[in-house]
Amino acid sequence: MDFLNAIVALSNFVLVPGIAYGSQLALGALGVTLIYGILRFSNFAHGDTMAFGTMSVILVMWLFQSWGISFGPLPTALLALPFGMLGCMALLLATDKMVYQFYRDQKAKPVILVIVSMGVMFVLNGLVRFIIGPGEQRFADGERFIISARDFKELTGLKEGLAIKTTQGITVITAVIVVAALFWFLNRTRTGKSMRAYSDNEDLALLSGINPDRVVMVTWLIVAGLATIAGVLYGLDKSFKPFTYFQLLLPIFASAIVGGLGNPLGAIAGGFVIAFSEVFITYAWKKVLGYMMPESLEPSGLVQLLSTDYKFAVSFVILLIVLLFKPTGLFKGKAV
Amino acid sequence: MTGSMRTIAMFAVVAILIIGTGILQSWNSALLILNMGLISAVMALGVNLQWGFAGLFNVGVMGFVALGGLATVLVAMPPAPGAWAPGGAWRIIAALIMGAATIWATIMVHRRMVKGRARALVTLGLLVGGFIVYRMIFDGGVAFVESINPAASGNIGGLNPGGENYRDYGWMTLIAWPVGGLLAAGAAWIIGKTALGLRSDYLAIATLGIAEIILAVMKNEDWLARGVKNVIGLPRPVPYEVDLQNDPGFVERVQAWGGDPVTASSIYVKLEYAFLFAVVLVLILILAQLALNSPWGRMMRAIRDNEVAAEAMGKDVTARHLQIFILGSAVCGVAGAMMTTLDGQLVPTTYQPLRFTFLVWVMVIVGGSGNNLGAVLGGFIIWFFWVQVEPLGLLLMEVVTAPLSEGSALKSHLIDSAAHMRLFTMGLILLLVLRFSPRGLLPGK
Repeated sequence: MDFLNAIVALSNFVLVPGIAYGSQLALGALGVTLIYGILRFSNFAHGDTMAFGTMSVILVMWLFQSWGISFGPLPTALLALPFGMLGCMALLLATDKMVYQFYRDQKAKPVILVIVSMGVMFVLNGLVRFIIGPGEQRFADGERFIISARDFKELTGLKEGLAIKTTQGITVITAVIVVAALFWFLNRTRTGKSMRAYSDNEDLALLSGINPDRVVMVTWLIVAGLATIAGVLYGLDKSFKPFTYFQLLLPIFASAIVGGLGNPLGAIAGGFVIAFSEVFITYAWKKVLGYMMPESLEPSGLVQLLSTDYKFAVSFVILLIVLLFKPTGLFKGKAV
Repeated sequence: MTGSMRTIAMFAVVAILIIGTGILQSWNSALLILNMGLISAVMALGVNLQWGFAGLFNVGVMGFVALGGLATVLVAMPPAPGAWAPGGAWRIIAALIMGAATIWATIMVHRRMVKGRARALVTLGLLVGGFIVYRMIFDGGVAFVESINPAASGNIGGLNPGGENYRDYGWMTLIAWPVGGLLAAGAAWIIGKTALGLRSDYLAIATLGIAEIILAVMKNEDWLARGVKNVIGLPRPVPYEVDLQNDPGFVERVQAWGGDPVTASSIYVKLEYAFLFAVVLVLILILAQLALNSPWGRMMRAIRDNEVAAEAMGKDVTARHLQIFILGSAVCGVAGAMMTTLDGQLVPTTYQPLRFTFLVWVMVIVGGSGNNLGAVLGGFIIWFFWVQVEPLGLLLMEVVTAPLSEGSALKSHLIDSAAHMRLFTMGLILLLVLRFSPRGLLPGK
């Protein structure tokens, strides 16, 4: 019984939140990695792109709510998601035309593009704060739990409860669908294949008649979609705040680099590695160990390796370890 | 010659902007802009050393600035009474030494032993065992220090010899400035040792992460500088306004000039700060300028422009990168210490990457990377706009929304949001400069 309790406690506090957070990071890291693979620079504006997409979704959602539309037990934000994605796509295509295209035509060095993306980051950050304000928005509505801790206890008779929030379920299901669709697109369709060819060898791809403008446009469209979905899932699960989204840049980049920049499969693996190490190291293990160990050995402290405020440090240390021992990431990424 | 004319003209513009602020708004706000402009210029010089001289992409400026601030507290505040007992601060220091020794031993073991399972096991054992022992020593010391008068102190304090009268030892803050540089240099050495071999994008992410870690430590380690409870009432190297107002000699002189003693005292204090900061800025600027034109500076630029060729010529690229990374970070640390001195308090939550890392980058790019005077100019101009965009944006919004009816939701939203115009404007300035004048206002040679 104690063993079961320990497993349930572990699932409740570590596995379920870890899987949800990992899926969100993976979706974010996919966007970063696609831009790196196709456009060949690290996009510092990605966190703010996520914020912009999420903001568009929230605005459309408010409109729907004022019309009295809701999505039953699911959050209304899901209904507004396609419209938010369209808004984010329009924004990214516009920034590409107005900002990035110039440097691409000039064949500017990647580091110049990184600095340019810093400028875009400022502009987007200001724009989001200007439109929706710097405050926190909680926009999850509908049913709160798939199964609440109390129901679980009554159902199983265990001492520990397992709560799964609706948003966590939605996160995982959406992430699986999106990732499957993305890989189908990259591996099976003509456009997807041309994207991979362009990423692997630009000159060869151009020689074989692939239209670079089209590849770049499709990349921005996909990235906008991924960023909006990742942002909305994160916001539903926690909350939306422009500054938090800006800070997500660090774990997202860590995920993409740990997995191998430019490698989509790596981005997903990296997202989960970062998410689980953050949760593992900042979780207070007292409860789980209390069930697993004989009473005499029960730990007196919280058995928390680091306080939760150090979660950035965790993603960073993982990043450094991987870079020192395997510089191209866990899966083979590319080096420009 | 045209280059130096351009430099003079640009700095004249800065002078006009600041003097204009003094005439149109108030001399107090003009001097505030001047003081922070001087500090920003020092920060920009530090980043320019790394980016302009060596092409190192450091986006962890905030961390080094914050370390400079920490140094101010650790030097200029008096030691907390009671904390320096064997079970308190000394125990923490012992734990830190022990932790550093563990890491050193692990690195040594990793280097000396043959690769294989035995090495992995010993390394892991050392790290895990070291961490447990470290926490056992460390936690006790922290609990002891933090329990002493937690409402007012609860930290280890600093080195100020004054005790109760620590404010009389204001010159200690001046010592804190180079110490802030040293602290930042130490951190830069650790970071550089691990991260400098990485490619430019990776270095960027690594430094971004380091800055967040430094901030996390400063926010959470209450024994160090009280964490988010902040340290207020730092001593200052200049007289206090109240003392000046109570000084009959000062009041008499001001009244002879026909001024108001309250305004005059605050302007006098700010002028003294401006003088101190200007001395530091000029000193660092001269050193940076000498370095740029020395054989060392030429070597640095050679490495920046073509690493492979420089390496083939026998230059140790990694060592030179480490050197300039440490130097640039130290300059940022000095600037951070100066800023905390000016503020008179250390508030870790005010350190934001957009303000302290990316804004400094905007300064360097706009001013002209690779040109020290350009970085200084960028520091002043961008800081001026950072401060003035807010009132200007508000003014603009009021003009734009004038036709809207009073009390309409859109109007009040637009006016409330005007404050966020500054980030937008900074991004726009950066993008415009990159597009139309990519080498900045004062291009480097």
